[in-house]
This record gives sequence, structure tokens and C-alpha cells, in this order.
Amino acid sequence: MANEVVDHGRRRFLTATTAVVGGLGIVSAAVPFIKSWEPSARAKAAGAPVTQSLAKIEAGQMLAVSWRSLPVFVINRTPAQLATLPAVDSRLVDPKSDGASAAQQPKYAQNETRSIKPEWLVIVGICTHLGCVPNFVPEIKPEPFDPNWKGGFYCPCHHSRYDLAGRVFSGVPAPKNLEVPPYHFIDDKTIQIGVDPKEAG
Amino acid sequence: MANVFTNIGDWVTERAPNMMPAYRKHMTEYYAPKNFNLWYYFGSLALLVLVNQIVTGIFLTMNYNPSAAGAFDSVQYIMRDVEWGWLIRYMHSTGASLFFVVVFLHMFRGMMYGSYKKPRELVWLLGMLIFLVLMAEAFMGYVLPWGNMSFWGAKVIVSLFGTIPVIGGQLVEWIMGDFLPADATLNRFFALHVIALPIVLLLLVVLHIAALHEVGSNNPDGVEIKKGPKGNRWDALKPADGIPFHPYYTVKDLVGVGFFLLIAAFIIFFAPTFGGWFLEHDNSIMANNLVTPAEIKPVWYFTPFYAIVRMIPSFAGTAVWGVLAMFGAIAVLFLLPWFDRGKVKSIRHRGTGYKVALGLFVLSFFGLGAVGAGITAEVIPEWFGDVDLTTYENAFGRLMTLIYFGFFAFLWAYTHFGWEKTKPVPERVTTHD
Amino acid sequence: MTKRQLLMKRYIFPVALAFGLIVGSASAQAAEEGGLLPAGTNVQDQASLQRGAKLFFNYCVGCHSLKYMRYSRIASDLGLSEQEVMQNLNFTGARFEDPVVSHMPADLATKWFGKAPPDLSLEVSAKTADWVYTYLNTFYLDPHSPVGWNNTTLPNAAMPFPLWELQGMQTAEMKPAKPGEDPAVEKLVLSQPGKLTPAQYQQATRDLTSFLEYASEPVALERHHYGIWVLLFLAFFTLLAAMLKKEYWKDVH
Repeated sequence: MANEVVDHGRRRFLTATTAVVGGLGIVSAAVPFIKSWEPSARAKAAGAPVTQSLAKIEAGQMLAVSWRSLPVFVINRTPAQLATLPAVDSRLVDPKSDGASAAQQPKYAQNETRSIKPEWLVIVGICTHLGCVPNFVPEIKPEPFDPNWKGGFYCPCHHSRYDLAGRVFSGVPAPKNLEVPPYHFIDDKTIQIGVDPKEAG
Repeated sequence: MANVFTNIGDWVTERAPNMMPAYRKHMTEYYAPKNFNLWYYFGSLALLVLVNQIVTGIFLTMNYNPSAAGAFDSVQYIMRDVEWGWLIRYMHSTGASLFFVVVFLHMFRGMMYGSYKKPRELVWLLGMLIFLVLMAEAFMGYVLPWGNMSFWGAKVIVSLFGTIPVIGGQLVEWIMGDFLPADATLNRFFALHVIALPIVLLLLVVLHIAALHEVGSNNPDGVEIKKGPKGNRWDALKPADGIPFHPYYTVKDLVGVGFFLLIAAFIIFFAPTFGGWFLEHDNSIMANNLVTPAEIKPVWYFTPFYAIVRMIPSFAGTAVWGVLAMFGAIAVLFLLPWFDRGKVKSIRHRGTGYKVALGLFVLSFFGLGAVGAGITAEVIPEWFGDVDLTTYENAFGRLMTLIYFGFFAFLWAYTHFGWEKTKPVPERVTTHD
Repeated sequence: MTKRQLLMKRYIFPVALAFGLIVGSASAQAAEEGGLLPAGTNVQDQASLQRGAKLFFNYCVGCHSLKYMRYSRIASDLGLSEQEVMQNLNFTGARFEDPVVSHMPADLATKWFGKAPPDLSLEVSAKTADWVYTYLNTFYLDPHSPVGWNNTTLPNAAMPFPLWELQGMQTAEMKPAKPGEDPAVEKLVLSQPGKLTPAQYQQATRDLTSFLEYASEPVALERHHYGIWVLLFLAFFTLLAAMLKKEYWKDVH
């Protein structure tokens, strides 16, 4: 019964080949299941660009807009507020946004005011530490958390502080400046969040 | 590499001394008869479909919304907005139908080769329990898309319980949690479909296989290999006609899996509705409690049982008889090991009477399916012209019902009174490929 | 003949045959049910889908929604640009990513037609392409109907016939009524031609039905492409498994 010769080489080869091909099949079959976790067409539709009129935002006021379920702060900064920005440079981690925060804004917002038009700040209101929503504290007056407060954002979760351009202060848990989303001006009083100026052009 | 595996194996064995032996008991040292034929693929295929249903089902629940207002929309959301959601749903819906194809064939194999007979009655009973739970699982799953067939299917099936005297009406309201299938019904069916019944099903499958491996598999010859001569090339004490399940039947089943997946993939990618049989037209209309679909019929795998309900008239003021007959049709299958007192197992050695009866039984199953699916209602006017459809259909359907139950009665008498002339059973299994 | 072949012949073929007969008879019966016309649609014909979409958005969307179809999906599936869709198909001011929702208020529609016009996303799935195509070809003038139109496929349909200027007007020739029964329609005659010839109108309704068939199951456009590769892979795997099985079973005598 056991007198014929078994070709172990062929047997091993076929076993390995079948296992590899079968394994490939299982991995390929897993791809659709993994992909089904990506944002659906509905989520993408909800995340489509958002158009926002600026007409009703007074100087010094902030409006929170939902874009891709993220809170986007649109702030009309006064000349006085803009004047505070250079004054706090020395206390910031990355005042020019070209170090650790280089990727936190599109190229067209990589400047002192971190915006396209100096007065209009458009920024994602998500703390770069652990994702809480910072409070907008615009008044230039001593605060319990900072006696030299010049206005900006203060995160209630772990006390991270940002200035009025969303630039992070040194010595707080948050590592990077707040993120500036892609946006552009459709006209003087309307912006579209989610689309870069050149894409829109 | 091999060393690492050995070390891990030793590490495990030190802590769980019976794990490796359990693997060997069920795989490399489970000796199965070497003469399994094509009919023996369907057990492992059923297991494959079960795994498919569980995996695709888990992913469907991630986007499905079990509410009367949202269920129908969420199915279309899966079909259109979720990436690859269509594939996952078609795998699940096709799997449901193929589950029954495979299980019906698996059960027929058991009947044909007498796999339910002593000493395998327990295997058969556990298998029948699986079938029963599977029917409940399939029915509740069918309700979830909340199409108009889902709704009215739920209504009709739940109403079956309403025929029970005295408590029927209250029982129906209790099952639905409302006066019609509604949010409450959908929610509880969802919970049962995705959690409770799958757990029961898995447990029963484990027991079914454990019970089988205690007694060993039957085979197309109906020969008990454990009673035959001992000694094969792997083990001097094991049956001469046995071969280790792994690797011989694992590689063989792999071929079956390949063929089966070819068929399944063809349906999933090229004919997912299977001409309205796997996914029905009327279920593309959202549940509507004011409009019953023109042709209300269950999905194909329930049609034979549904036909029996329809064929039994109500009398003595109650419709419970049809429902009893339907459950009876399943109950007699449970009792098959005790109806059949034949001396031999396999159809290969059984008398002509048995062969004819089994053939007629299969025919009655298809015939009842045709009645339940409304095929006879289409065909009768075509063949016989302008006749009274109900009379013709009832005559045919009742004949089929009679044959269905007659098979069991005949089988008992045929074997009990010794009318069966059997052929001699060989000592060893005869064929293999 | 080996025993195995004998078994094949004895059991498997009858079962397969029975299964085939059931499916065959069902599809045959579906085709001739109620004397429906064959729609002859082809969802792979992109030009036909584009023409159908144009018809849908010119004649149907005023009342009927496609609430499960997004404009963006229609654009990418039908090979249209965002601009083309937004200018030529979207008349409601919806966003590109939004689903196709009719602007008709449901309560007004219920007042006008007795019930709100149904959403057509799944119309072909629910009724079959043949039914929709036949329905669009069997409207006729009926002075007894509240909307002035009737339909032999769906008698007493609540919908007035929106495509009449394309098809023209059909009138019904009635069968002589049997006593006690309502007169039945014998056949429909085109009494006043429309903008299109009968052949052109049939093509137009075929395009429209194709578009609705696509809307019922957008993935029908692509699932075949994946299917071919899956089948080829599985065939290769099965071949390998068969070789492996043969190799191992050399041990078994």
C-alpha cells in the first residue's frame, strides 16, 4: 500500500501555490470590506464646499460654520486686533508658520495674519492637542489664564492658548497652530470653504 | 521558522494540554470513509456560507438602520452611497438563498444514504434543529429591508400563530409588539437576526459536528467503517477504509469551494436578483400597510411549506390545521430515524419501493414549491385553458401534500412489516475517485 | 460507465433540470405577463442613457423624484461634466451633490392627482423594464377619466400623459362589451401624430426606460467588469485546488 513514491517537492509546491493564491483571494475579498469604511457618498456630499456670506459679521465678531462636520470659525478682525499679532510673536512656537506648523495652512494663508485678506480669519476650530473646540476670547485684557492676554483662542480642555491668527503660544500642550482650511472669496462679501482660490478660478 | 511554531505549540500545550489533541481529533486523526462522492461537499459548503453570512452581515449592520422610517432608505444607502456596499449586500442576499440550496441538498444526501439512521440519530436531530433555526433566521432577515414583501411576509407568517385557538390573537400582538408589523417588530427581529439566532446557530453547528465526529461519518455505501477491518497507512488501529480528514478531505472540499464560489460569484455579479427569485420585485417598493402586493408569496425556499398551509382547508371554525400541517411537515423530518426501520442505510442497497418513494417525495417537494411560488397558477390556465384554477390547483397541491406525508407513512409500513427486499451490503466500501 | 457517472445521471441531472425548469418558466412567464412589450433596453449604452436622462429631466422631474440618485453620480456614470448636468438637467437649484428631488409639494400633488406622484428611483426594480416601457406606450384619450387620459397597462392611472406632444394622441377601439362587463380595449390607434414618428417615439421611451433601469441599480453599469475578473480568478484557484487534490489523493487506494 505504501510502496509508491510520493513526490514531496510537487506536493509542497502545489500546497504553497494554492495557499498563496487562496490567500491573495482572501486579501482581495477583504478590500471591499475595508473600503466600505471610507466616507460614503452621503458623507462626502455633506462635506461638499460650503458658501458663507460675510455681510452680517460685524468687526470683532465670530461666526462658526459647519464644514465636513468641523466647526470653521470665520472672524472679522479689527485693526486693533490685527495690531496685536506682531506684538506676541516672541511668545509663540512658530510665529511665521514655517516650522512645525508649515502644513497647517494653504500657501496663500502662510503669512503674519494667516489669511487671504488681513481682516478675515478663516480657521478650523479644533485644538491641535486633542481635538477640543477652543473658546474665542477676543478682548485685550488680563485673563485668569494669561495676565498679558492680547485676545485669541483658549482651549478649555488642557489650557492651550492661541493668538488671534490661531498661532499657538509656547509652553502649552498644543504643538501646532490651528488649521486654516482651503477657502476663497467668491466676491467681497462671500467666501466658499473647501475650495482653493486657483481651483475656483 | 519551524522551530518558532514548535515552541509556540509547546507553550500552548503546557497551558492547555487538550488543545492540540482536539485539533488532531477533528482534523488529522478524524478518519472519514474514503468513498465520499459529490453529495458530501454540501456540509462544508454550508459552513462556508454561514461564515459568509456572518461576515457580510456584520458589515451590513454598520450602515443598516433598523427603524420603520429608515430601514428601506438605509438599504438603498448601502446599495448606492456606501463604497462597495452593493457587493456586501448582494453577497448576503445571494448567500441566503444559496444557504438553502446547499442545506436542502445536504439533507437530501442524508436521506438518500441513510445518514440519519442509528447510530447517527443525534447528528440528524441537531441538523434538523439547525434547519429550524435557519428558517427563523432567514425569515427575520427577510423582513429587515422593509420592502412591501418584507412587510406582508412578516404579517402573514406572524398571523400563522394567530390560528392557534384561544391565545392566537394575543400571541400575534405579542410577537409584533404592535397591531401590525411596525418599528417594534423590526427592532426585535433585527436583534434576533443579528445576535440571538446566529449564536444559537453557531452553537448547534458545533454540536452537530461534535456529534458526527463521535460516531464517524456515514458514506454512500452505508458501510460502518469502524466495524470493518482495521489498519491503514496512517494508523494500524484505525479503520482500513478511513482516511484522515486533513489533508485529504480538506483539499477535496477546497475544489468544491472553488466550484461553488464560481456559481455564487456568477449570481452576485451577473444576476443578483436571479430573475426576481433571490430579490423580489415587490420588495423594491417600501412597506405599505394599505396595499398588499398583487402576488403575495414567500421567498422561494419557504414555498413548499407555505403551499401546505394553503392546501389544507379550515374546518371546525379554525384555520389551525394548515399551520399544524406545515409544522408537521418539518416535524416528520425530525422523526425520520424512527419512521425508517430499514435494515440497510444506503439507497444503493435498498428495495425498489424505497427508491420510488424517495423519488416521489422529491417530486412532491418541487410540486409544492411550484404551488407556493405561484407557478401552477400560471401554468394551469396555459395547459388546460379556461378552467377553475382553484379546483385544479388544490387537486394538484393536495396530491403533493399527500405524497409528502405519504412518504413517511409508507416508509414506516414498508420497513416495519418487512416488505423491503434489500441487497446485500458489502463488508468494505466500494468506490472512491 | 463508472458508478459515479451513473449517480450523476441518476440524481444530479434531474435536480438541475428541475431547477432550470422553474427558473426558465418563471422568466418566460414574466416576459409574456399581461402582454408586455419587450423594452429592449441596454444600460451599457451610454448615449441612450444620456438621451433618457434628458427626457426624464424635461418631462418627469416636475412631479417625480429620484431621491436615491445624486446629480453627481448621474454625471460620473453617464460621462457628463458637472457643468452639463447643472445647466441641462438640474432645474431646481439643488447642489451638484444633492439627490434628485422634485420641487412639487406633496400636499398639492395629492390635491391635484389624488395621490403624490411616486418616487421613480426603484420603478424598474419594482415593475420591470418591460412594464415601464409598455406603460409609456399605452396611454390613450379617455373622456371618462378625470385627467382625460387612461392607460391599458395601468387602468385608471392617476397620471395625465406628459409625453403626448412627442407621441401624439392615441384613442382606443373597444371590443363589443359582453353583457354585465365593462367594455375592454381592443387596440390603440394613433389618431393624431405627435412631433416624433412612432419609431422615434419608441426609441425615446426605450431611452427613458433605460435611464430609469440604470437609476434602479446604478452599479449595474460596473458590476460585470469586476465579475469577469472574479470568475477568472476563481477558475484558476479551482484548477489549482483540483491539482492539489489529485496529488494528495494519490495516497488513497
